[in-house]
Amino acid sequence: MSKLYQEAFEAQAAGSAGIAPATGISRRRFIGSAAAAGSLVVGFPLSAQAQQAATMPPEINAWVVVQPDERVIIRIARSEMGQGTLTGLAQMVAEELECDWARVTTEYPTPGQNLARNRIWGNFSTGGSRGIRESQDYVRKGGAAARIMLVQAAAQGWGVPAAECRVAAGVITHPGSGRRTTYGQMAAAAGKLPVPANPPLKDPKDWKLVGARLARLDTVEKTTGALVYGADLKLPGMLNAAIRDCPVFGGKVRSFDAAAIATRPGVRKVVKVGDSAVAVVADTWWRAKTALDALPIDWDLGPHAGVQQAQIDATLKAGLDAEQAAVGNRNGDARDAIAKAARKVEAVYSYPFQNHATMEPMNATAVWTPERCEVWTPTQNGESALAATAAAAGLPPAKCDVYKLPLGGGFGRRGMADWVTQVVQIARAMPGTPVKLMWTREEDMQHGRYHPVTQCKLTAALDERGEVTGLHMRISGQSILAAVFPQNIRNGLDPVVFQGLNAGGGEAMIGYSFPNLLVDHAMRNPHVPPGFWRGVNLNQNALYLECFLDEIAHATKQDPLALRRKLMARHPKHLAVLDAVAERAGWGRPAPDVKGMKVYRGLSQTHGFGSYVAACAEVSVTAGGELMIHRIVAATDCGHAVNPQQIEAQIEGSFVYGLGAALFQACTVKDGAIEQKNFDTYPCLKLAHMPKVESIVMPSGGFWGGVGEPTIAVAAPAVLNAIFAATGKRIRDLPLSRHSLKA
Amino acid sequence: MPQLHVNGKLLNYEAEADTPLLWVLREQLGMTGTKYGCGVAQCGACTVHIDGAPIRSCVLPAAAVQPTQKVTTIEGLSPDGSHPVQKAWAALDVPQCGYCQSGMIMAAAALLKDKPRPTDADIDEAMTNICRCGTYNRVRAAIKVAAGADAKTAGLDIIHVTRRA
Repeated sequence: MSKLYQEAFEAQAAGSAGIAPATGISRRRFIGSAAAAGSLVVGFPLSAQAQQAATMPPEINAWVVVQPDERVIIRIARSEMGQGTLTGLAQMVAEELECDWARVTTEYPTPGQNLARNRIWGNFSTGGSRGIRESQDYVRKGGAAARIMLVQAAAQGWGVPAAECRVAAGVITHPGSGRRTTYGQMAAAAGKLPVPANPPLKDPKDWKLVGARLARLDTVEKTTGALVYGADLKLPGMLNAAIRDCPVFGGKVRSFDAAAIATRPGVRKVVKVGDSAVAVVADTWWRAKTALDALPIDWDLGPHAGVQQAQIDATLKAGLDAEQAAVGNRNGDARDAIAKAARKVEAVYSYPFQNHATMEPMNATAVWTPERCEVWTPTQNGESALAATAAAAGLPPAKCDVYKLPLGGGFGRRGMADWVTQVVQIARAMPGTPVKLMWTREEDMQHGRYHPVTQCKLTAALDERGEVTGLHMRISGQSILAAVFPQNIRNGLDPVVFQGLNAGGGEAMIGYSFPNLLVDHAMRNPHVPPGFWRGVNLNQNALYLECFLDEIAHATKQDPLALRRKLMARHPKHLAVLDAVAERAGWGRPAPDVKGMKVYRGLSQTHGFGSYVAACAEVSVTAGGELMIHRIVAATDCGHAVNPQQIEAQIEGSFVYGLGAALFQACTVKDGAIEQKNFDTYPCLKLAHMPKVESIVMPSGGFWGGVGEPTIAVAAPAVLNAIFAATGKRIRDLPLSRHSLKA
Repeated sequence: MPQLHVNGKLLNYEAEADTPLLWVLREQLGMTGTKYGCGVAQCGACTVHIDGAPIRSCVLPAAAVQPTQKVTTIEGLSPDGSHPVQKAWAALDVPQCGYCQSGMIMAAAALLKDKPRPTDADIDEAMTNICRCGTYNRVRAAIKVAAGADAKTAGLDIIHVTRRA
């Protein structure tokens, strides 16, 4: 495993300047550029320790490598899946390093290397919009430490105090003596110095690269077809696998007739994968897939084969009035306030299962031998992929490694590792042969880790003047943690369920003060596996609260902005983003007609993933019931904004993801299985639907918030509130395509 | 042996007659820039040109494509990423994950060949590819830049630093 793979892999990856999928690649490039043309480094992939010891370019510290040709390699632990983290993290390291941005490239250390070095790169997990905010401190310190070491090395060589030296763009000077050197020249000496433990960081007001609207590092290869995604990997001698898992969750394979497809062209093996799946391995994927289509499989559909969506809905509905519920946020006595209210407003909302539907279906390539197992895969969590690899391989993690490849979308789905387990199980059946497993879209649709399904009953107590005296939000439904991290459930309470509704904590806080408030959750877990779906529980919680506030405003004849402002006096950061969108959109003044149609507005705001976000949507609805979303104004206060043009891209993308979900997407259960199998029954938002988006990035400093997810949660409620303004129709369950907006 | 004319070359391949063009390109001819997304002509990730017209290669049997017909894939759109659409895409940092972008670019290039100054309605009609990351507004803006608009009109103010090897 070996030279052949390395050469084939690197030949494929050649031209991938922005993302080096694994350390081996840039090591080769490094030596290739430093040594005489034609000399090749062999031995990839070696064990992590051997790579470290033998062939990695000399690093300054774990985060920074500077080559003699002045190229700066910044190590990125988090996964790039489109969200721009790779460029943002590099900006932060480079800011403190004071290197030449034009010479910056990046590489992924492997999870095996991280393990061998006591997790020197920290957490690889890339989800929860944490890529930058959770690692900003230590990556900046990594850059700062490397700068200090480079300067120290030069100062020692010159015999001058380091404090007298200056650095800019990778050049070190000593003004007193006129001496000058470069990072490339000092790298070897600097790498031998001790790494400063806690280097001081720049004051944000002195940032030059952080906050700049820099172009991404990984764009060009995405415009030429050159970037090698997991689905594109080809190793010498590699076979291809297609898989079918039991369509009903919890079912099993009873038997299959491998002989029926044995003579089909290219078919090499039929492998039972775990209890519940069958894979066909063939020379090409198309042959594997078509042979699998022809394979007779007898399923034991298991205990959930009779479950229908209506039963799940009824179970959740019962939870809305259940006695027992876990309390997420409480002040005063909301039940008492409701009992004594002069008037009540009540409504029930619901949110469906949804599939992540990454454009690139799940895939991975594995080679297994009794001594070692290696996996190449697009993953949001290299470390959990490594753990899954080791477990499925029957080997200790130190004898395994995972090479992260570019992700064709993640959205939370690729934080799991179920397909990694599968590919290793298949590779184990064919020792020494690389096998690439790729799911069909149908497999991906039916074996997702779905957006959790919930319902919510909201009851507001009003006094004689129509002021809100109390609010009870009863959420009933699925807990992601109960399925994914059950050890984090405490006394029946899943804290993540209350995202956006928490009293404090800085992560996802409610932006309103009610004299009496109760938010509680009756956990009801259907058999459909849930997962972290971009935006997670903030999506439905913001929808429930923001639409219901509009209902209260309507019931009490108040302006929706005025009502919110009254409740937000003690939440100035929430209010600031809401005010920003209201002002930019022109709230309070009639919106100009578009093509003779009247335009109506809707508002929403929330706090999640550490950031404050708000949106104002402008829509028209034709007499025939056609919805037109003309314009969205969106504001984000993420504390510090590392790359505003990429934050804007995330805001726009969030409307695509959030509005696609609100308008079109639901996965429904029939006979225990997900009914939707492809994009014909699970439609996505397309370019023609896409409104103009005006983004207001307004970082107020002093904290670090995420940007990949929070805006999704304000997309649907802003549009639904605008639809109500336009039509008087209050949509309380999604997707919108289930409802007629006809006058 | 069956043949295809791809990116200016006549190439032999071996596959069953019903194998879609997409999988001949990816698995027989080693051109992986064209992507699989759905297999049912819904998402457009597999878009290539046949004699200049955009087609979804995941549902077209390769055997139905004559060697006299010219197939162009993302790898053949330009030798070095210099097609006006590719340049506009880079100027506006259009891709996020990038997986759908080969298909987007091929669809946009075909649109511009047909309509060098497309209206918004033309763009809406031609660009039916699915992007889950949500690059649509930059796709629209980049098509206008490729059609001749100044990149500055997109209002993105992206700082491009020329990479030094």
